[in-house]
Parts: sequence; C-alpha cells; structure tokens
Amino acid sequence: MQFAMAFKIIGVLLILFSTAMLPSLFLSLIDKDGIESAFATGLAATLFAGVMLWLPTRHLSRDLNIRDGFMVTALFWVVLGLFGAIPLWLAPDLPLTLAGAIFESISGLTTTGATVITGLDSLPKSLLFYRQLLQWLGGIGIIVLAVAILPMLGIGGMQLYRAESAGPSKDRKLTPRITGTAKALFGIYLLLTIACTVSYFVAGMSMFDAICHAFSTVAIGGFSTHDASLGHYEQNRVLLVSSVFMLLSAINFGLHFIALQRRSVRVYARDSETAFFVTVIASAAIVVCCLLLTTETLSFEDSVIHGLFQTISIATTTGFTTQDFSVWPLFLPILLLILSFMGGCVGSTGGGMKAMRILLIFRQGMRELRQLLHPNAVIPLKLDARRVQTEVISAVWSFFAVYMFCFVLIWLALLATNLDFISAFSAVVATMNNLGPGLGEVTNNYGAVSEPGKLILCLAMLMGRLEVFTLLVLLTPAFWRH
Amino acid sequence: MKIIILGAGQVGGTLAEHLADEQNDITVVDEHAATLKRLQERLDIRTVLGNGAHPSTLMNAGAEDADMLIAVTDSDEINMLACSVAFTLYRTPTKISRVRSADYLAKHKALFESGAIPVDVIIGPEQLVTKNIEQLIANPGSLQVLDFAEGRIRLVAVKAVAGGPIVGRELQEIREHMPRVDTRVAAIFRRGGDPIIPEGATVVEPDDEVFFIAAREHIRAVTSELREVDKPYNRIMIAGGGNIGATLANRLEKDYQVKVIERSYDRCRVLSDMLENSIVLHGSGNEPLLLQQENIENTDVFCALTDNDESNIMMSMLAKRLGAKKAITLITNSAYADLIGEEIDIAISPQQITISSLLMHVRRGDISAVHSLRRGAAEAIEVTAHGDTRSSKVVGRRLDELNLPSSVTVGAILRGEAVLMAHGDVVIEADDHVILFLTDRAQISAVEKLFAVGFGFI
Repeated sequence: MQFAMAFKIIGVLLILFSTAMLPSLFLSLIDKDGIESAFATGLAATLFAGVMLWLPTRHLSRDLNIRDGFMVTALFWVVLGLFGAIPLWLAPDLPLTLAGAIFESISGLTTTGATVITGLDSLPKSLLFYRQLLQWLGGIGIIVLAVAILPMLGIGGMQLYRAESAGPSKDRKLTPRITGTAKALFGIYLLLTIACTVSYFVAGMSMFDAICHAFSTVAIGGFSTHDASLGHYEQNRVLLVSSVFMLLSAINFGLHFIALQRRSVRVYARDSETAFFVTVIASAAIVVCCLLLTTETLSFEDSVIHGLFQTISIATTTGFTTQDFSVWPLFLPILLLILSFMGGCVGSTGGGMKAMRILLIFRQGMRELRQLLHPNAVIPLKLDARRVQTEVISAVWSFFAVYMFCFVLIWLALLATNLDFISAFSAVVATMNNLGPGLGEVTNNYGAVSEPGKLILCLAMLMGRLEVFTLLVLLTPAFWRH
Repeated sequence: MKIIILGAGQVGGTLAEHLADEQNDITVVDEHAATLKRLQERLDIRTVLGNGAHPSTLMNAGAEDADMLIAVTDSDEINMLACSVAFTLYRTPTKISRVRSADYLAKHKALFESGAIPVDVIIGPEQLVTKNIEQLIANPGSLQVLDFAEGRIRLVAVKAVAGGPIVGRELQEIREHMPRVDTRVAAIFRRGGDPIIPEGATVVEPDDEVFFIAAREHIRAVTSELREVDKPYNRIMIAGGGNIGATLANRLEKDYQVKVIERSYDRCRVLSDMLENSIVLHGSGNEPLLLQQENIENTDVFCALTDNDESNIMMSMLAKRLGAKKAITLITNSAYADLIGEEIDIAISPQQITISSLLMHVRRGDISAVHSLRRGAAEAIEVTAHGDTRSSKVVGRRLDELNLPSSVTVGAILRGEAVLMAHGDVVIEADDHVILFLTDRAQISAVEKLFAVGFGFI
C-alpha cells in the first residue's frame, strides 16, 4: 500500500496523543466534575484508532519518501484535530456542535487560539487544562515541522534551511542527526515553558493559571483560562512577562539553542531575520503607543503597557488580549492584523508567513531598485553574508502569491456565509495567520460564525499552519498517481 | 652570492636581470627551454631546465652551495615544495617563495612561522600591488608612496604643478612656509635631464617629479606645497575583477564608493558574493556607454587592473577622456611604461613592486627596506648602522662628513622611536636606521661597503 508508512506513523502518533487526555482525566476524577466519561471515551477512541492503524503496519520499515512526508505532515493536524475534538464534543458542560468542537480542537493544535467557548471562568479545570495542553502539543509539532519537515520538502523557500545547503554558516545544522536536533529543540521548548511558568507564578498568577498560560504563551497559541484573556490580571508585570516570552517564542528555536550552547546573546544580533523581526515589532510598538497617546484613547501608562503588549501579542500571532483593541482607532487594529501576516521567525512556534520570507521579499524589492540604477550591475540577494539562490527567491514569491490567493478565496467563501465585511476579513487573517482574535463579530469569540463558516475557518487554520503548499499538494491529482 | 631563481617568468626574469648586474652568481630554473634561452642570450647567468621542486633539478642548479633560493614559479605549491626540498636536502640558508593564494596566507602563522613549511620570506605580489594602490588612493596627488620604519616615515613622489606655493621658488623656502613641518627633498627628476640632487637653492619647476621624505602625518602638507592637492578621493572605479581588483575592492569598500567592472559573468557572481558594499558591474571597461552610465565623469580614480596591458592603457585613456579625474594603470611590460604620456597618471608595475621587496633580502649589510624607483634606475633603502667609531665608517660621523657618492642623499634617520630629518649636522649613532636615496643604482655597492663593519668589530 502506497501510504502504509504514513499510516504507521499516524498510528503511533495517535497512540501517543491519546495520553494527552490522561492528565485531564485525572483532574476530572479528582474534581468529580462529571466529564470523566468524555475524556475516557476520547482516550479509548484515539487509542483504538491508533492501534488499528499501527497493528497491520507495525512490521513495515522502509524510508519515508517525499509523498509520505506530505501525507504525515498534513494528517498530523487533521487527524489529531478530529480526535482531539472528541472530549470537547462529549463534555456535558460545553454546548458545542461537532463543527464547534472540531474548530476548537484544530484552533488549539494549530496554536491559533480562536475559541467558540464562552464562560471560560466557570469551566472545570480538566477542560481548561485540556485546551491549553492541545496548544502546547501543537507547538511541539510546529517546531518539528519547521525544523525537520518543511526544509526537507522545500516549502516556499524553506530549502534555505536544509542542512546540506548550509554553506558558509555552519549554524544551521545544530546536531549531526535529525533526532538529535529534534531532542535539542524539544529541550529548548521545555526550558522556555518552565521558565515562563515560574515567571508567571512569581508575577502573581496561581500555579494552575501559570502552567496553563505558559503552555499557550510558548506555543504562541493564545488560549486563556479566562474570558478576559490576560486582561483578567491587574498586574502590569504579568503583561511584561508575557511580552518577553511571546517574543522569545517567536524567535527561531535553533538560535536559542546556539545562543545557549555558546552562552552568548550576540548570536541573535548577527542573525538578519531576528534583527529584522525585532526592528519591525519595535517600530510598530512605537507607532501604536504614540497613536494611543495622541488620540487619548488610554492614559499614559496604559498606552505604553497595553500598546506594547498588544503589538507583540498580535504581531507574533499569539492573540492574547488585554483590551478590546477592536474599539481602538481603526488604523491600529488593522495595522496589527496586517503585521500578523509576517508572524514569527522561521523555526519558531509563530504563525503567519514568517519574517524570513518578508525580509527576502523586501530585499528583493530593494535589489530591483538598485538594478534599475545600474542596469549592468550583478547584485546578489544576500542573507547573513551569503547569496540566496534564485530558486529560493522564486519559491518565496510563489508562496506569497499562493498565500494571498488562498486568503482571498477563503475570505470570499466566508462572505458567502453571511458574515459582514470586516468580520470576515479579520476572521480569515486571524485564522490563516494562526493569530486568534479578530474584529467585529469575532473579536473575542467565533460563536457567531455559522457552522459551514467554522469549517471553512478550520481549513484556513490548517492551511496557515501547514504553509499552504503542504495541504495544497495533497489536492493535486499527480500526488495520488503511482 | 649564489642565488637560484625558480621560474623565468616576468618576476623571475626581471629579478635575474637586476641581480646579475650586482655581481651575483645567478642560476635560473624553468620548464620552458625557449624562455631560458632568451634569458641566457641577454644576461650573464646559468640556466637549468626542469621542474624546480625536483631534487635532481635543484642539485643541477647547484643547490648544495647556494646561499639563497627564490621560488617565483606560477604555482604556489611548486614554490613551497621547492623551498621544503631545498631545506631538507641541501640546508639552503635563505628560502624566499612567492605565495599568491590568500588561503595559504591566511594561515601564515601556523604554516610558515612555525617552520612547518620552511620558507623564510613570503612574497605575495597581489598583496603588495594592492597595498601600493591603496596608498596612492589614500594620498591624493602622489605618484608613489613608499614606507619606511613600518610606515612611520614615507618617501613620496609628487609631480610639481604650477600654482603650488613652492613651485618656481627655491627649496629652502619650504621651511619658511611651514616652520613646523620637517621634510627633506631627496631628489628631483626633471623631464629629459639627469636627476638633480637638491640643495637649498634649487628651484622647483613645473612638471618636476619631486621625491620627498616626511613623517606620515606631514605628507599632505608637503604635497600641498608642490601642487594643489586633490580633495580626498571618494569614488573609485576598478576595471578588472581578478585577484588584484578583488582584493583592492575588498580593502577599499569600507571607506570609498567602489564600483568593479568585470567581463566574465561567473566571476561577477563570485565578486558580488565576496564584496559587501561595492557595486559589481558586468561588462568591460572599454565600453564608453557603460562608463557613462556609471558616472565616469564623477569618478575620482579609475584603476585599470586587468591582466592585459594594452586594454589597461586604452581603458585608462578612455576613462580620462570621459572625465575620470585620475587613472592608475597596471602595466607589466616595462617597455610600455616608458611610452605612456599625460593621459595616464600612474603606471603600476607588479614586477617592480615584487622585486623591491625581494631585493631587501639579497642585499649585503643590514638593509631592512629596499624600494626600486623609476623603473629600477633609482633606489631608496633603509640601512642600519652598526659598530662604533673605530669599526664603522659612518657611526660617530656627521652626515656632511660621510664619504657618500655624489648621487646618494641621506633622507632621514630613525633613532628608536624618533625620526630625524637628515640635516648636515646630525651625527649618526650605532643602530640608527638611515634612509638613503640613490639616484643611480650602480652606486649600491659603494653604499654597502660604507656601511659594512670593519674587522675591529666583533
């Protein structure tokens, strides 16, 4: 069978994934909140499906080919998203439709952070923890996807990160073997999570909230245990802690690894993508703060704190909110939504098109300008002092074009479900860039979106997370031919 | 001295010519019989046919009792290997090798200083030429800039132009114009005449080529006495992106706006990868359209550095005609160097430069710098005075008491950190570095004898 190896891997993943429901099952048994059966059913169903996939294929062992790679990558989020929805659908406390449950589960696993649930503050801990855990697990998947799989498949210029094409900068390949690299990055992920938990706790959160929010911060997710998101906390230091960890999580995890290995922060300054990313965020934050001040939307202190926090939260595609930023002068929410198209750096848990691609497109534009002035000049497009291959640049361009094309299509589809202009626009931006909150009817909650609309948005979240091409390639006839 | 030269190319040939004139036993080794034959017809030297790295060839060339091996073949590897073989088999005392590849030079310490590859002196012509051009660009108005004492003192050649404050006047007025700047004019070359050994009453005429010595910081001030000094250069255009062009662009691009023109597209790509701020242009320096498009009329210095003399000369003339302020041209064929006229400001000869740095090691006595000038006719040297009043003919003597040939002038004296301009009343002390200017190279042996230490000195 053609995709036997893919099924074997999905089987193993499902078996592993079923354990994600264990902590919540225990929590719900301890709290006696009456959701045990939902988690138990979910666990059993996931385990059963996993074993059924794994049993017939367990003796297979051959190398994955590139089609298996696409298959596994796409199925990882689709299948896990579906099975992850089971407890949410069955939980008696949640009046969710099937579409709603799938939306919530996929939003978690793709670390989008858009929610259809209201009344979070009164939900049992087991359910709250489960949502946060989904995001945290999704974050791990993204790291592996970004570091190992996308470069291998060469999606949208990501062959830049292929270990063998590293060229003069030896930084790209962290350890000689891919499993070693994955372990190293998981270590960084864990370390950031622990550091974030401790910092939240010290800043004034309860232990449960600190762990839950650390999960969704480091995963650049945006789920919260409160309806008011981080606005629930009065302390400014919670927002500052959150800002710092959102920024860190939006930077290439490979860089964190090197910085830790060499015990030097210079690594960050020397990386053009990080420098570009930080510059963009900083400039945006200044604009936002100044505008909040001059329009007298907020007081001085609030302008600085909330301007900074909200810029980082939206631009990194985390999607925590403190203020209802949809009532800010219209320029600001639109600016922030546009910024989320950039999202985080390559190799981070952030969404969007990634700072690297925007930087390459920007440099390509500057290069064209110079070429006009010097028609005979040979001007290379350089990144970190090495030439970027023309194929990479054209891959980035086509990625940009296809991304935008899909964006418009999904937007139109959503308008067809009777959503208004600004809500539909912001909903697609927020889901496709894996951001979370939108404007208009979807500011805090996606409950107002119709059932088909939710499914369309699920597709948008998967597309954004799978960098469009990985999903689209499955839809080409050539993929299914032998 | 018995010297073996490996390689009868441009540098090897010119070197043999220079050294054979100076009573040395020269053996030239090369793989091309015709080249050797041509050389032997012209010079009083021995030639040996064969691969310079082979022990048998070295043996035939007399490596057993040679004082020095100079390896200047086209191949770095043969050069280094020959030095190694000569050292291992014949214990040749001094081994000089040309090494071009920047890759080897980058590991200079580990490879050569450690003795792993037994080379005593490394000569890198590209590096030398690059440095030379770099100094010409850094010192607007100069025709030649030569370093002594690690660059603290410089000998500079400047063409006098009517309108300079001292032009048309006596040299001694310089001191009235600039009481705080100490300088010494070493020689004046006047078109169509013999070199003039300047005295206080000598009058500088327009178009004189004036060689003066001064501390590094005073060069600009002295230059401005002789001509209107060009503004510091800013826009540089380099035609030819070979080794020299690329190294030069790399060194200049931080401080100047650099454009490099290169004919091969593949080489352009390599250059554009290597250079950070320079603009690499695909094309040729002899296309007027390209030059105009790239603002040749606002270019301060146009450097023609391709490996083709004729192209270099024509390109430079074209660039000047189109408005470039100054042209520096690489010319390998010394016959051409005499031909060029006003259009080309400065002709650079890679052999001259390479030979200058080689000569230093060939000379007797304690000579720490040699610069060959005016295509080898004149020479500037830095020599150390040893011994005491009894054993030396120079130590303890006033400069005006020295028994110097008429064509030799003392330019300056370095005593420890101090720089003394050579005025008649200065007394030479032991271990002084004396900078001498010889307008006639034939007098070198007289100078060597003068500075040699007598038998009384142990």
